[in-house]
Amino acid sequence: MSARETILKRLRERADGALSAPESDFSVMTGRGWTPAERLARFESMITAVHGEVHHAARGEWTQALAAVLRDKGVTRLGVGREHPVAVEARAALADGGVMLVDADRDIAAWSREQFETLEAGLTSTRGAIAETGSLWLWPTPDEPRRLSLVPPLHIAVLDAETIEDTFFDVVEAHGWAQGMPTNALLISGPSKTADIEQTLAYGVHGPRELVVIVRHADAPGQADA
Amino acid sequence: MSVQTYTPQAFHRQAHDALGNPQIRSNFRRAMDGLMDKRRSVFSEWDVETLRELGANIRLRALSRLPDLLEQLEANCQANGIRVHWAGDGDEACRIVREICQAREAKAVIKGKSMVSEEMHLNAHLEAAGIEALESDLGEYLVQLNEQTPSHIIMPAIHLNTDEISDILHDKTGTERTRDVDAMTAAARAQLRERFMAADVGISGVNFAVAETGTLCLVENEGNGRMTTTVPPVHIAVTGIEKVVEQLRDVPPLYALLTRSATGQPVTTYFNMISGPRRADEHDGPEEVHLVLVDNGRSAIYQDDELLDTLRCIRCGACMNHCPVYTRVGGHTYGTTYPGPIGKILMPHLMGLEATRDLPSASSLCGACGEVCPVKIPIPDLLVRLRKESVGEGRGNVPGAGVKRNRKEVFAWKSWQWLATHPGAWRAGTGMAGKLRGLAPSTLRPWTDYRTAPKPASTTLHALVKRHRQDHDTTGESES
Repeated sequence: MSARETILKRLRERADGALSAPESDFSVMTGRGWTPAERLARFESMITAVHGEVHHAARGEWTQALAAVLRDKGVTRLGVGREHPVAVEARAALADGGVMLVDADRDIAAWSREQFETLEAGLTSTRGAIAETGSLWLWPTPDEPRRLSLVPPLHIAVLDAETIEDTFFDVVEAHGWAQGMPTNALLISGPSKTADIEQTLAYGVHGPRELVVIVRHADAPGQADA
Repeated sequence: MSVQTYTPQAFHRQAHDALGNPQIRSNFRRAMDGLMDKRRSVFSEWDVETLRELGANIRLRALSRLPDLLEQLEANCQANGIRVHWAGDGDEACRIVREICQAREAKAVIKGKSMVSEEMHLNAHLEAAGIEALESDLGEYLVQLNEQTPSHIIMPAIHLNTDEISDILHDKTGTERTRDVDAMTAAARAQLRERFMAADVGISGVNFAVAETGTLCLVENEGNGRMTTTVPPVHIAVTGIEKVVEQLRDVPPLYALLTRSATGQPVTTYFNMISGPRRADEHDGPEEVHLVLVDNGRSAIYQDDELLDTLRCIRCGACMNHCPVYTRVGGHTYGTTYPGPIGKILMPHLMGLEATRDLPSASSLCGACGEVCPVKIPIPDLLVRLRKESVGEGRGNVPGAGVKRNRKEVFAWKSWQWLATHPGAWRAGTGMAGKLRGLAPSTLRPWTDYRTAPKPASTTLHALVKRHRQDHDTTGESES
């Protein structure tokens, strides 16, 4: 008998008999009832508490915030996709600047070492965020591959304020995750960190040292959320 | 630095050594105090009892349907392109992993944190086959460089202080000596990035495996888990068969409980959900993803209604952080893959009670572990059950049951039972003990190392009360 059959047989022929399954009450995971302003404030306070950096911009002016971040951080090589509106707008805005735009939508075999050694930042969109824990929700795509938010020392994520939801449970339920998961789904809450050396917090142990979130607002920041 | 091998058989000697080691005492005391405070503050805004109830309930529901869920997990993983393997024990799991590596002619393996792989002794197995297995979690990396094993399931290098880590990095990797944690972290980052690029296979554990969607969930802060499961062309996930949950909606409550209970964090930096290898149109991610489902004693634990609760565990380590014994002796003292309270109720099943005979009794039964357990495992009750099993008074459902049965002890307790249920004999016996109290031994092995031996009183309590009543007979009358 194979290991599979042996294991399943033992579990099915349980000595103390079949078990009954309790029902679960998930109400503790949902129903926060936060307003959009509370949601945004909560998201911002949670992600900045773990070293995330948050910038606000009006929807039409976010690329200026991006350019400012790149300038402040001294980024000269930015990994970026080509199809997502975030990538399209970023490319248009940065076309004449001093930042080299590196195509992220390429087979990784062609540029794995280059990505590790020379890419200074990666720009991605986000599908949404979670206020309760200050988490970004990313589903990597061919246009924005998995490593774009992982390998470069700086990850810049673009988030629309109205896509912030209360809890992880709310996101999973409202967006029907169970009906179709991507090959890789991610929650990202801050830059990479470790406390393995005598519980002293250090950032950027394997993934990005810095995480910048540019929050785009439908109206000018402050107005919609006041 | 001296590198020592620890075994559960030598628990008493190891505990004695650890208690006399001020470095160990202060490292663990400081760390565990901090973790307890953080956990308390992060749960302050929650109805923690309701959340624990839900967590326990989700795990019980998963266990109640375990064989069906494992088949569903397998089917959905396969539909997603994940290859599923089953292993009866650690050796079989090692062989499966090795064969996957050999099929890819792998020479270098990079590992994310996996306690199951520690339980299987996977690294040693791969190395014997000429495959280098390198740990990438910073704590695991340091412990591996120092030729040790993890002393905590969440913080593997918690027993080491900054100076010791500086020495390890200097001696083993040539890193310049420093007390600057950022500099040491940066050095490890650079060293490990090279290894991620060179690795043929990445091996990780699994925190939750979702049957409904065929999804493997990994919880981490460092990003090494994402690197391990993304950069090498092959990803092998190894997990105990009990880690399956029924639905995707079961994951948020368990994740909320896990991070808060483990390190007092409301969330970890990364929550990585893997539902398949890279698709044809994707540009990165592994070409192959394998899932190895490891039994290794779990299906035996599953048979018994009471012992079953052991399998609810989500490996947060809160029971260690709150254990007065673990905090004082540290993780290595136990000599087992899983230390602390969860180790004491799990390892006897994996290694047998002969080897682990001292573990269930290395507890004051204070109950802290059971109170903080996010899935409400009644750890103290299980410790008592294992004590019963070890003296042959249980159901005989644990390997090595009865190993501590001692005929003299059984006789002593049986006599006690008889005496205590026969008042005449009891009175005669206690009266006699009082008269012969001078003959009571003055040393009782370890008990009297730090204590005075107990002696029967010259007058029994019964006799004293009787005399007291006679002396104050008005009181006695007014009460009756």
